[in-house]
Amino acid sequence: MSQEVFLLPDVGEGLIEAEIVTWKVAVGDTVILNQPLVDVETAKATVELPSPYAGVIVTLHGNPGDMMEVHKPLITFEVGGSGSAPAPAAVVAEEPKVSNSTEGREAVLVGYGVANEEGVATRKNRRSTSPTATATPVAAAPHSSGPVRTTPPVRLLAKQNGLDIASVPGTGRDGVITRADVERALQGGGAAVAAAPRKASVPKTGPMQPTRFVGNDLAPWATGPKEERIPAKGVLKAMAEAMVLSKSTIPHAGVWLKVDATKTMELIAGLKQQPTLEGIRISPLTVIALAVTDAARHFPGINSHWDDATKEAVIKRSMALGIAADTSKGLIVPNIKEADQLDLVGMAQELNLLVDKVRAGTTSLAEMSGTSFTITNVGPFGVDAAMAIIPPGSGAILAVGQVAKAPWVVNDEVVVRQVVELCLSFDHRLIDGALASKVLAHIGNFLTDPAAAIIAG
Amino acid sequence: MIDEELVQLLTPEGERVAHPEYESTLSGDEIFGLYRDMAIIRRLCNESTSLQRQGQLALWAPIQGQEACQIGPGRALDPMDFTFPTYREHGIAWCRGVEPKEMLRIFRAVSNGGWDPYKYRHSVPAIVLGNQTLNAVGYAMGIQRDGAEEAAMTFFGDGASSQGDVLESFVWAASFNAPVVFLCQNNQWGISTPMSVQSKIPLYHRAHGFGFPGIRVDGNDVLAMYEVTKRALDNARVGGGPTLIEAYTYRLGAHTTSDDPTRYRVDAEVEVWRHRDPIERVKSLLVHEYKMKQSKFDEVAEEAEKLALQLREDVLAMDRPDPITMFDDVYAEFHPLIEEGRQEMVDLGVTGGAH
Repeated sequence: MSQEVFLLPDVGEGLIEAEIVTWKVAVGDTVILNQPLVDVETAKATVELPSPYAGVIVTLHGNPGDMMEVHKPLITFEVGGSGSAPAPAAVVAEEPKVSNSTEGREAVLVGYGVANEEGVATRKNRRSTSPTATATPVAAAPHSSGPVRTTPPVRLLAKQNGLDIASVPGTGRDGVITRADVERALQGGGAAVAAAPRKASVPKTGPMQPTRFVGNDLAPWATGPKEERIPAKGVLKAMAEAMVLSKSTIPHAGVWLKVDATKTMELIAGLKQQPTLEGIRISPLTVIALAVTDAARHFPGINSHWDDATKEAVIKRSMALGIAADTSKGLIVPNIKEADQLDLVGMAQELNLLVDKVRAGTTSLAEMSGTSFTITNVGPFGVDAAMAIIPPGSGAILAVGQVAKAPWVVNDEVVVRQVVELCLSFDHRLIDGALASKVLAHIGNFLTDPAAAIIAG
Repeated sequence: MIDEELVQLLTPEGERVAHPEYESTLSGDEIFGLYRDMAIIRRLCNESTSLQRQGQLALWAPIQGQEACQIGPGRALDPMDFTFPTYREHGIAWCRGVEPKEMLRIFRAVSNGGWDPYKYRHSVPAIVLGNQTLNAVGYAMGIQRDGAEEAAMTFFGDGASSQGDVLESFVWAASFNAPVVFLCQNNQWGISTPMSVQSKIPLYHRAHGFGFPGIRVDGNDVLAMYEVTKRALDNARVGGGPTLIEAYTYRLGAHTTSDDPTRYRVDAEVEVWRHRDPIERVKSLLVHEYKMKQSKFDEVAEEAEKLALQLREDVLAMDRPDPITMFDDVYAEFHPLIEEGRQEMVDLGVTGGAH
């Protein structure tokens, strides 16, 4: 028996680093040749690495989210016999299976924010921790007193975020400051924020952690510039353009409804106990999504949009259900195609998949286009309701508030129930108040007694 | 989506269809041979992708989905024909007799080519898009001058179809009535550029504008690919001039291992093409029409498995050449500038072989 170290290869012609997305193996696992080991994301692509050895995993040299350097240790194996000669048993990782497991990966749909923040050990990365496991960042090179060594884009990134580049310790070759160094400093991970110029103990400085702003890190109140301009790029640009287009072309109207969602919450709690549903994450959003597709089947007019070029109302009898998601890059709205064909478990699985892709940053453009109806779930941010703006290309959007205990009248008695507020924004060019009201009432009835609604179909 | 004029002899379900101009001339054993070629080349391709992901190859261009486009023509060629490939023609190379380990030398960056082009009458892969089409037309004009009954055949994709070199080669081939067959594997995506942007008309229509015939074939139908190529080659050999064959197909995998196709195309599209798999339809035909036993397919899988492991062993055992040797084959004869560059590297002390 001997040990072999698998160095992170350059999978994309001249890359220097890759981020670990998901481990598919754990320490102690026996693997065969070409068995999928890990998904890594590079600047070019997210790829799966197959095992170069048959053997036992001894060490995983990083955790999900860690940026690993090319040609540095990724996995240590214990292999039998003559070392690098692989055992004959081989599989071909032709079509990697998509896992529905949500372990260690919390949804980042609007309203189901990331509960599992960095630094909190999940079962998998606890297991992978061993005395030899080293997580990046690697030891920072000593602070040079000479000119700051970095590249123009990294310099710009620091400047845009109000960060003094000279305060960032460089971990690249010869102490060069890399993009990762700046990002780490902006997240408050490195010594950089601490080293950033700071006035002595001034009151009312606000939190010292940077905050997110449409995919950008905003420097804390005290340390950031007095005025900052963020150029419209990426998600910020897309959001600005879509919202202006929507608000300037769509006559918005809205209807509101408060719903007793106690039975919905009970149904979810019950399903969580089902052994056959283990690993499938079912949330209020799952049931709401199901209610929306059910409403569309009863009232197809709601799954529609206005074609201004031809002056036609376009009714679609297939729902591409958009889910507004808060990501590190800002707001994106991936959709579930043919959502109307899904049952409760199917919907839960599709939502899990959608969240996984959002988390992994692998949501494709195609998955964000063609949305016919959108749900935005602002509840988990702790607010009751929202009047959402309709994404261009669709006719309505449902905003869902928090599910919270509230007084509710049942048989003339005031009792405590789990209450949620819904707001349906609609394009009044083609959808009138009567239709919108019927649809929202239908969704409300569904949530009031989901089991009955599912059975009734 | 598929053109009405597309030549197809075998449906995705593995059922034969009649075509007014073409019919399959192959026996059951010959069709099984095509199946074996396709299954082996797919397995070798998957092993090569794994080797790249394990850091053993610098790059790999997967063939998955396009096996029929290459195995059909590869077996329609005569030994004396000469072929001019780009970097995805592993199936053609296999049919020309190139050893799998030779195919991988360029991708492991231990060779500028990988094999002796004259041994197999198969040129080394052109990485520069479209360049090989000019080489092929030049060679074909040479055949004319020799008065030989041979043909040249060249391969490119829908992306390269927009290259000036390709269009110039069309002009020369037409003007000189050169014995050359152009095979465009239209796999719908030029890296991330969709076909709808690449050309406003079906690619095979372009040939008519240059003055020679163009024909569209179901690129996932190995029987049709074989027959159409065979006729085009026969026609070229007897002075009939060039033909453009557009093999209408789909790249199921990434453009290369540096590419992530999920960023620009939808899963649903890939699913549609999976149902048109070139290997499955031949297997279905062999089972239903020729009552081929499962054990025959298992034997092919075993053979492919052995070849894949052999390929892995061969790749891991490859020596790194002395970097200084890269100057050797730039020109056939002495060249002062190349010699200057070589001397500069010697002075820098950049030498040394395997490590």
